[in-house]
Amino acid sequence: MKDTEIKRLLSANVVSVLSIILTTTVPPLFLENFSVLGTHLIWLCICSICVTTVNIILYIILKPNPSSKRISFAHKVTRFLKCCVFFFISCILFHGIIVLYGAPLIESVLETFLFAVLLSTFTTLHCLCMLGPNIQAWIRVFSKNGAMSIWDNSLQITTMCSIVGAWFGAFPIPLDWDRPWQIWPISCSLGATFGYVAGLIIAPLWIYWNRKQLTYKSR
Amino acid sequence: MQRWPVLLFLAWACFLFFSGIGLFTSGFLLMRIELTNRSSCSDPLAAPAWAGQGVTSRACWMPQRVPKAVLLIIDALTFEFARFDPAKARPRPYENKLGFLHQLAGSQPRHARLYRFRADPPTTTMQRIKGITTGSLPTFIDVGSNFASYAIEEDNLLGQLVENGRRVVFMGDDTWDGLFPQKFFRSYFFPSFNVKDLHTVDDGILQHLYTTVDGGEWDLLIAHFLGVDHCGHKHGPDHPEMAKKLTQMNEMLRSLVDHLANDTLLVVAGDHGMTETGDHGGDSEKEVNAALFVYSKTPLFGAHLPEEPETIPQVNLVPTLALLLGVPIPYSNIGEVMAELFSGDGGTALAAFSQLSAYRINAGQVDRFLHSYSLAAQDLPAERLRYLRELFSAALEEHDRLLAQVREGLPASPEQEARLGRLVVRFQHYLREARAVCMESWARFHPLRMVAGCALIAASCLLCCVASELAAALDFSYRSRLLYPLLWGLAVAAVLGLAHLLTREGLDLILVVSWSAATSQLAFFWHSWGRRPRRAHLAGVQPPVANVGLWQRLRAWQGLVLPMGILFIRCCAMFSDSFVVAEARVAPFLLASLAVLLVGKLHWHGRLTAPEAPKQSPGAAFYQKESWQLLCLLAVLLACLRLSGLFHQCREEIPHCQPSPFLAPLSSLQSAQAKNLFYLLCVASLAGLVYAVRCWLQHYGNLNSASPLVLFVRWAFPLLAVWIACYWAVTSGAEDTLGKLQELVQVALVGFPQAVYGLASLGLLLVLWTPVTVFVKDSRESVGPIVTPYQGAPSSQADLQHVIPQIYRRMQESLKTQLDRGHRRATVAAYGLGSVYSAALVIVLTLLGLLLLTLHSERMSLAFLLLFLEGFVLLQIHAWVVSLAGDAEPFVVPWYAVTAWVFAATQFFYSTGHQPIFPAIHWHAAFVGFQEGHSTHLLPAVLVGANTFASHILFAVGCPLLLLWPFVCEVPNSQRRKLKKELREELQEKEEQPIMEMRLRESPERFSAALLQLGLKYLFVLGVQLLACVLAAMVLRRHLMVWKVFAPKFLFEALGFMVSSICLLLGIFLVMRVDCAVSAWFEQLQPR
Repeated sequence: MKDTEIKRLLSANVVSVLSIILTTTVPPLFLENFSVLGTHLIWLCICSICVTTVNIILYIILKPNPSSKRISFAHKVTRFLKCCVFFFISCILFHGIIVLYGAPLIESVLETFLFAVLLSTFTTLHCLCMLGPNIQAWIRVFSKNGAMSIWDNSLQITTMCSIVGAWFGAFPIPLDWDRPWQIWPISCSLGATFGYVAGLIIAPLWIYWNRKQLTYKSR
Repeated sequence: MQRWPVLLFLAWACFLFFSGIGLFTSGFLLMRIELTNRSSCSDPLAAPAWAGQGVTSRACWMPQRVPKAVLLIIDALTFEFARFDPAKARPRPYENKLGFLHQLAGSQPRHARLYRFRADPPTTTMQRIKGITTGSLPTFIDVGSNFASYAIEEDNLLGQLVENGRRVVFMGDDTWDGLFPQKFFRSYFFPSFNVKDLHTVDDGILQHLYTTVDGGEWDLLIAHFLGVDHCGHKHGPDHPEMAKKLTQMNEMLRSLVDHLANDTLLVVAGDHGMTETGDHGGDSEKEVNAALFVYSKTPLFGAHLPEEPETIPQVNLVPTLALLLGVPIPYSNIGEVMAELFSGDGGTALAAFSQLSAYRINAGQVDRFLHSYSLAAQDLPAERLRYLRELFSAALEEHDRLLAQVREGLPASPEQEARLGRLVVRFQHYLREARAVCMESWARFHPLRMVAGCALIAASCLLCCVASELAAALDFSYRSRLLYPLLWGLAVAAVLGLAHLLTREGLDLILVVSWSAATSQLAFFWHSWGRRPRRAHLAGVQPPVANVGLWQRLRAWQGLVLPMGILFIRCCAMFSDSFVVAEARVAPFLLASLAVLLVGKLHWHGRLTAPEAPKQSPGAAFYQKESWQLLCLLAVLLACLRLSGLFHQCREEIPHCQPSPFLAPLSSLQSAQAKNLFYLLCVASLAGLVYAVRCWLQHYGNLNSASPLVLFVRWAFPLLAVWIACYWAVTSGAEDTLGKLQELVQVALVGFPQAVYGLASLGLLLVLWTPVTVFVKDSRESVGPIVTPYQGAPSSQADLQHVIPQIYRRMQESLKTQLDRGHRRATVAAYGLGSVYSAALVIVLTLLGLLLLTLHSERMSLAFLLLFLEGFVLLQIHAWVVSLAGDAEPFVVPWYAVTAWVFAATQFFYSTGHQPIFPAIHWHAAFVGFQEGHSTHLLPAVLVGANTFASHILFAVGCPLLLLWPFVCEVPNSQRRKLKKELREELQEKEEQPIMEMRLRESPERFSAALLQLGLKYLFVLGVQLLACVLAAMVLRRHLMVWKVFAPKFLFEALGFMVSSICLLLGIFLVMRVDCAVSAWFEQLQPR
């Protein structure tokens, strides 16, 4: 049981990683002058959209947290709308936090906001897919003994890796190397992306490694 | 409670750090005093006329030999670049590119010559320009009268030329603009800052060079090319770009020579060399080895041609150019004239006489300088000076004798020529010796001292760490850990002092101090080590389970990972010039990360969620109410951090940086409306600060008693605020509007700040005198005879009227006492006892804050308000985290709190408008309240220092609050407005636990140990940062930015450390003083 779950997780994560790789390689075929560094904002949009779609599709296919109850259509719609609102709020929150951490307030608002959207895609969207718009469940998952399935563990790892990656991405900004990727917010968004990818890869491995220790409370 | 040992231990730890700093500084920071004396034509140094020398019209010290000169400085022109070796088959990109120089020297050996030009370290451009123009050895700190600008105040070649009516035209590197403001007849400056830009400066020069040369409106033309240097920094010397750049220089020289007139002297010089990676700044062979090329269309040199290019020290250019151009040699020059340039085209005898007179003038000038310098400073060794003096007077005597002979008209004989030659050698010898003496004391790092200083600081950090761990244990003995090390240190100091006395050598105080510090440290470690084995033995009784032990030990260290990791990142950042430049943004970033991670960790461990999760929804968790408060505090902290960025000062290294408009004084504002608005805002922030402090004190009941201190807080705080507001009003007003009241304004300008100083000092003294702000309500009235005894029956109506109320009162009284006995005895209610320590500290902090705020410009009061707010929020977060984490030992201040506190101090150093560079110091602080200036140097230094290190002072004094605050905040029931500590009269009734800060008093030993531990932790965090700075300065002493970034950073960090540690001692001393006073208060309470 557990091994098949891990395999499913691994395949899902591999698909996510591939989708991110595709966002860097495919668009140049269609768009003139596209490069991740040169037209960074376009890449941010493409990456966010791509990761969103892939995540939603994966969620629909895999159904990691199957609910026992039958849910009416209206309920589903309200749930979806709630998710959208949550996502939007999380974008704004991330934007605020990034500004509080020292990002420019007025200049390059668009860049900062798109970076916030990217971060939300990597973190909040994942949570929304896995746990739904349920803050209490989120609070529970992100605590020491809160994980109830390997999907929760994977969620913890990818979210933390994304945020830590974005945090480390801020470090090269002050350096005087005059590289194109030092411009705000390229290093941070690249850091977040690398962190996310690393998290996706690490999560199944880590779970596999610790599969003996991992015991989950029943729902 | 052990008070003095704690203070002594901390003072000793500070002393260890100080001695390390002193030792490192003496090896790293080369110091020199700048003399402001100037040479002038009328000085009695002018050359005595030898036979056959006519006095020309432009004679000053020596007749002018060259009317015009072009000085081309090619930055970083290494000798290897200028040399041409035709035999080389495959030259490297930088070799054999300046073929034109070789061609000139080969075809006209009497017109042109190439030299090795030895630069003196530090080989940075600014120091080298100073050297090439003043003829002295500039060090990092040239102690002069003015720190605020880089302008050269010493006598220099340009100044001499300008004074003697010559026109100096400059083009190129804009560093010269800062060094010689308003000195140039005409100038074309180009920005030098961008090291990546190879062409702007050079192309700019080339645009103007030839037209200016042809125009002829100049006597000295200086052109400073930067391309070669920038190319070295960007690509390194071994790169095709360098070949291109040098070829461009070659072409430039070729066409320049075509434009030169016959009597013009051309000097091409490199200011320093470069290493293989293109860097410079240090003293390695490649860095000091520059090139010098001299050319004129009239013959300059004698027939004698040296085989290998001569080596000329860089300072030699100054006296040579000065005498050639017919101006006095700059006063502080220690260079030696290049004699062969004075031979001219006359006969050999004439040439020899003219060389001799140049030497004579030169030697006289150097002797005069050494004499004045030795009067001003003591850093040149006296006996060497005496020896130099002897050399000089002997040579002078010989010179005069020879002069007399020649005057007598004796025919020139070979014997006389030989004497002439010997005399020249003697002068040369004197000049070289003099230069060597100066070099030795001014221009050499002492690597041994630097390493020893670093080691001392590192060992002190280790000591703080070890001692803070040991202090927690109850068996900490001050005798073995403090007394013995101190005795050892004193003994070594005494022995060294005796040895110096016996050998009668000069006593080097720093060495003695460092030796004694090192010994006492060793003694400490030895004694600590000596106690270790016993404990290990005890532990060894149980069968050791190594694996578990290691795991548990790792668990114990886990809490350290977060603060130490962040601290480590900050220390690493000290090694990068970009990060030092950007530190104003790095510090808040790290502080924010620390705080967020801390709260995140609490969340991760489930401390924020309510323990009893509602049963109906499994898998859900809810936050407690306190957790939301904590999150709100975190948000406020982040907002504070971000807002504090509004007050930043700029450094020149950050392009497009606008300094914060809040730094400018209000009087600089043009619009009256904006001025009024900002003034109101400032006053509001001031009032807000005072009001908030009052509220806090009121809340904890420290504002009720009638002690002098409380009265002071009630009345003098608003008064101080009003005075400061008045002072601001007077300074910010436009000057002309108060025409008639001018005198009054002057009085007010002096009076208000001085009154503020006076009142604040009075307040500080009051705190030291009576720090207890406790209001006592004593209900133990002695029940005396209230009723007047009456004899007999009431005789009159009046008597009855008098007695009945008395009886009533008596009954009431007895009823009351019965009731009291029923459920509560007579009690003493002491209001504000639970926060008595914090209250004294808060009062002192507010006083200091108001004092320091006065020293800043008006709008910085907003920054100070922010500082107090952030400090408060940090303390609150700390207290919440301690209470939420639950398992923490109350007497131990965790590392994260200390680290965050230190980071906040650093952050507000920047947010009060400072930067670790000299031009950013707020010098105007010295004149707040002292409009006329000062008679001594001490007071302005204190004022400017207090201004610069304001945040260090406040946070260090407030450091004990980290220990006290969790106790103050511990009462869970926050709805209680008045917190009072009930003291049972009967001491045996001890069932009631003491609350708040009285818990500290309950176990005095642990209290003092906790204070010691807190101080040591604070010193450790500060010390580790200092160590990183020191290491960065030492390791990167060859770095391009060492004198611009790392050395000033080290200086500010070291000074900040000293200020912080002294203020920390003061803060802890204050807590001890309060403790004494509280003890006295209790004793006073007992007998009643």
